[in-house]
Amino acid sequence: MSLAELICPAGTPAALRTAVDAGADAVYCGFQDTTNARNFPGLNFTPDELAEAVAYAHTRGTKVLLALNTYPPAGKVDLWQQAADTGARLGVDAFIVADMGVADYIARTYPGIRLHLSVQAAASSPEAIRYYCENLGVKRVVLPRILTIPEIRQIRSEIPCEIETFIFGNHGLMVERRCSLTNYLTGQSTNMDGVCSPASDVEYVRDADGSMSSQLAGFTIDRFGPEEKAGYPTICKGRYTAPHRPEGYYAFEEPVSLNLSRLLPELIEAGVHAFKIEGRQRSKSYVRGVVRAFRAAVDDIKAGHEANIADLIALTEGQKQTQGAFDTKKWR
Amino acid sequence: MTPTSEPTARLRPGEGAIARLACLVLQPVLTRVVRRVAARHPSLFARLGPHQATDFLIDPVELPFALHLRPDPQALVFRAVPRDAAPQAGATIRGRFLLLLELIDAEQDGDAAFFSRDLEVSGDTEAVVRLRNALDDMDGSLAEETSAMFGPAGRAVLARLRRAYPDATKPQEYA
Repeated sequence: MSLAELICPAGTPAALRTAVDAGADAVYCGFQDTTNARNFPGLNFTPDELAEAVAYAHTRGTKVLLALNTYPPAGKVDLWQQAADTGARLGVDAFIVADMGVADYIARTYPGIRLHLSVQAAASSPEAIRYYCENLGVKRVVLPRILTIPEIRQIRSEIPCEIETFIFGNHGLMVERRCSLTNYLTGQSTNMDGVCSPASDVEYVRDADGSMSSQLAGFTIDRFGPEEKAGYPTICKGRYTAPHRPEGYYAFEEPVSLNLSRLLPELIEAGVHAFKIEGRQRSKSYVRGVVRAFRAAVDDIKAGHEANIADLIALTEGQKQTQGAFDTKKWR
Repeated sequence: MTPTSEPTARLRPGEGAIARLACLVLQPVLTRVVRRVAARHPSLFARLGPHQATDFLIDPVELPFALHLRPDPQALVFRAVPRDAAPQAGATIRGRFLLLLELIDAEQDGDAAFFSRDLEVSGDTEAVVRLRNALDDMDGSLAEETSAMFGPAGRAVLARLRRAYPDATKPQEYA
């Protein structure tokens, strides 16, 4: 049986303490800059805050993983290298990286610190994953959310490192790391600036009938009826009209969250080492609720009991959930 | 970014006078609360960044007044305002009163409340996101701290308030 570690999100020091207290095996977080893919206003850690967070977590036996999972613009790697230097000095347990240059710097400079390959690296074949393991010493790969459980089991048998999969949260996969939709409208890059739909470009407009429109950089990307559930203001989950679909439809993806709680036993049996909960941008309330639910479920399974899965639908985007490609390639 | 409009709820006859009286009565409490929060949680101002100077309108849909917040540490503003006298705000946050309180106390998740449409935001979204993240980094319960400031009577009011709001129900708005 795998270790079935729970990897939990923290956007603030208070959220990190909440995750630790709720039973996280490891917490992942980032600095207040473009070196991570949740570079949102008012979110993330200063170096001083991270130092305190590492101490809090380590005292309680929890690991801290530092997300450096964006791509530096060509030739501008200083910020990522400085972030790695700071993380190493503060004693983080692993770096989550996407860019080969960043990975190479860490592998050469801090060979004693684990490297985890971010989902943003989009490594989904045994050949690609082995390349990262053999050349950069990667110890764990976070798999893109495009694989079925049999495919994960097969990959596990062909690679020399641990596997981490997402298990709950935002399900904006598209082709991981290659999404340029935000960049197209706002000029800011999800992959290099760490911002998908930057808040400064988002506006919600309430209409007289109680409907609400989501706008990004002045473009309306969805309109929700008075009683309709809403989703994030991301272009990939926008609803559009087209000549053949005048009623409006989700052209790319739907507002829906991943929830693999019912597949946990199969994923553990397939050899997945760690389960990632998405949501560094979410509140302490979300962190507390989701981490507690999955802690209890994983502990039940490891003890040989049937997992009692808490209902997390209220925390899902659009109050809808899916098992996505993990269940079937026919998804979407 | 478009400044937000005034709160959408309309007043019934006579409610204007009630709202003004309620604002007068509440003001000393609000002043005490905001000063205490600022003193106990100074780090929240850093997360607000440039939006320390933003005017937020917090609009509890079922109350006859709104709350005006400008989280400037040098000149804090937190006051109850009758809806017809509300200032033009940079950002407005609208929902039932206890939901707003529970969001501050991390008893509820803001994204989930947004998905369910129980929470509405308008105006400068970055300002709202910064305020949300700043408040979410506070430890402890603002509701508990505030009620404790007024002793057993304060705690009784909070308990009564919580009993009055079953979780799954939305209160009637002024219409």
